Amino acid sequence: MLDFYTVFWREMLSFRRTFWKFTATRLISPFLYLVAFGWGLGRNITVNGASYLDFVVPGIIALSAMTVSFNAVGVSLNMSRLYHKTLEEYLLAPVSSFSFVLGKVLAGAVRGLVAALIILLLGFLFGARPAAGLGFFAVISLTCVLFAALGVVAAMTAPSHEDMANFSTFVILPMAFLCGTFFRAENLPRPVADLIYCLPLTHTNYALRALAAVSLHRARSDGAIPDPEDVLVRLRF
Amino acid sequence: MIEINGLTKDFGSLRAVDRLSLRIQKGEIFGLLGPNGAGKTTTVRMLTMLTRPTAGEAYIAGYEVQRDLARVRHAIGVVPQHMNLDQELTARENLELHGRLYKIPRAERHQRIEELLSFVELTDRADEFVNRFSGGMKRRLMIARALLHRPQVLFLDEPTVGLDPQTRRRMWDLVRRMNREGVTVLLTTHYIEEAEALCHRVGIMDRGKLIALETPAALKEQVGSFVVEGFDGAGATYAFFNTREEAVGYAGSLNEAVTIREATLEDVFVKLTGRKVRD
Repeated sequence: MLDFYTVFWREMLSFRRTFWKFTATRLISPFLYLVAFGWGLGRNITVNGASYLDFVVPGIIALSAMTVSFNAVGVSLNMSRLYHKTLEEYLLAPVSSFSFVLGKVLAGAVRGLVAALIILLLGFLFGARPAAGLGFFAVISLTCVLFAALGVVAAMTAPSHEDMANFSTFVILPMAFLCGTFFRAENLPRPVADLIYCLPLTHTNYALRALAAVSLHRARSDGAIPDPEDVLVRLRF
Repeated sequence: MIEINGLTKDFGSLRAVDRLSLRIQKGEIFGLLGPNGAGKTTTVRMLTMLTRPTAGEAYIAGYEVQRDLARVRHAIGVVPQHMNLDQELTARENLELHGRLYKIPRAERHQRIEELLSFVELTDRADEFVNRFSGGMKRRLMIARALLHRPQVLFLDEPTVGLDPQTRRRMWDLVRRMNREGVTVLLTTHYIEEAEALCHRVGIMDRGKLIALETPAALKEQVGSFVVEGFDGAGATYAFFNTREEAVGYAGSLNEAVTIREATLEDVFVKLTGRKVRD
């Protein structure tokens, strides 16, 4: 019953060892997004009265949660199945496939969550002030679990590493850009917006943004947190 | 200990294993011999439940491999042909993972790990990452891992492929020692001398079929104890004789350079399949 913990334990063992490398690698592209879209392009743009940075940070968090969870499980499991053959060790062991998948998904979700936290921190340094409450993290966790599970499906069905990369390019990458991460999907023509509405990451983005904004306005009107524009101004000097 | 009845595996239109039937006794070292593509690995994969048979059944320690999966899993240890250790872990962690997967209680697990590390002579390298190990060390660690949960049957798929002669002999000693401790061993090989040195009985497979099943000595007797090896300009020729005198007589009748020697298992193979064991 607790077999999933053994699978999880092994993942955490290697995660602890590669933590800094993992963190640094996973930070680069979200960092660039933040610089390009949040700081550079978005400085003078406002969305619904709030700064673009506040708009884009939840999007980049969702994007990172998705790609990190998916790749953490997908790439390593696909390698393990096709190249290292370490999957056989689990297939031979008296461990159910359910426990194995559960262990892998949880481990992938942990990595996704860590990545999301780092982006949150980074966004904070850039001046974004999303209200990250319990609901906010619940949505991120759910997203991580979903895409870690998708990683398992892709890894177990992709017949080669190349197909695995293709899956990423055709499914994950479009979602990263289209699902309301950098812009509101409603601004697009109706059929396109409807299509985007069918994709899971869209709802992560909308949920995160709603949760971040609701308490943001409340907090800001209370004067509890500074306006991000002020912080940016201060950063410049 | 192992009973195979009419085991068959088709890959599309190719029949990799063809109605294989075989019994292996408890305490035996049994060798499955044959050229590449003979169906040895497929047989092992079916017996270890990594491949589903197209037809037939197999019992290990009294349990049918497809119906009684959980029990069979505890009864067998598997050392595959390819290196499949976890490269991100140390040697000890690889064993620890295996022990946890097989739910060995903590105290027993730790004791057993130390025991096996010393059995395969890796105690002083236990905390190194396995990607720094040589081929022989990896293979030994894989054997330790397969033995950790005290299996009754050990499957070794090509255990000495790619190892140097010294390491190979160490592996043979290791196999003999585990066998003396009561483990039934099924190994596949295409090294004839390995089968001759290690196995109590050998089965020769060719194109998915078992074409001979005997002790190495009986097999050699069956084809003739002496061989005259000649060369006819296109390739080697072999003639088999029961006595040295007959062999010498035949050799004298040839005009070419010939070698007279005792038969090996390789000669048995040549005679039975009409071709040499190739790499």
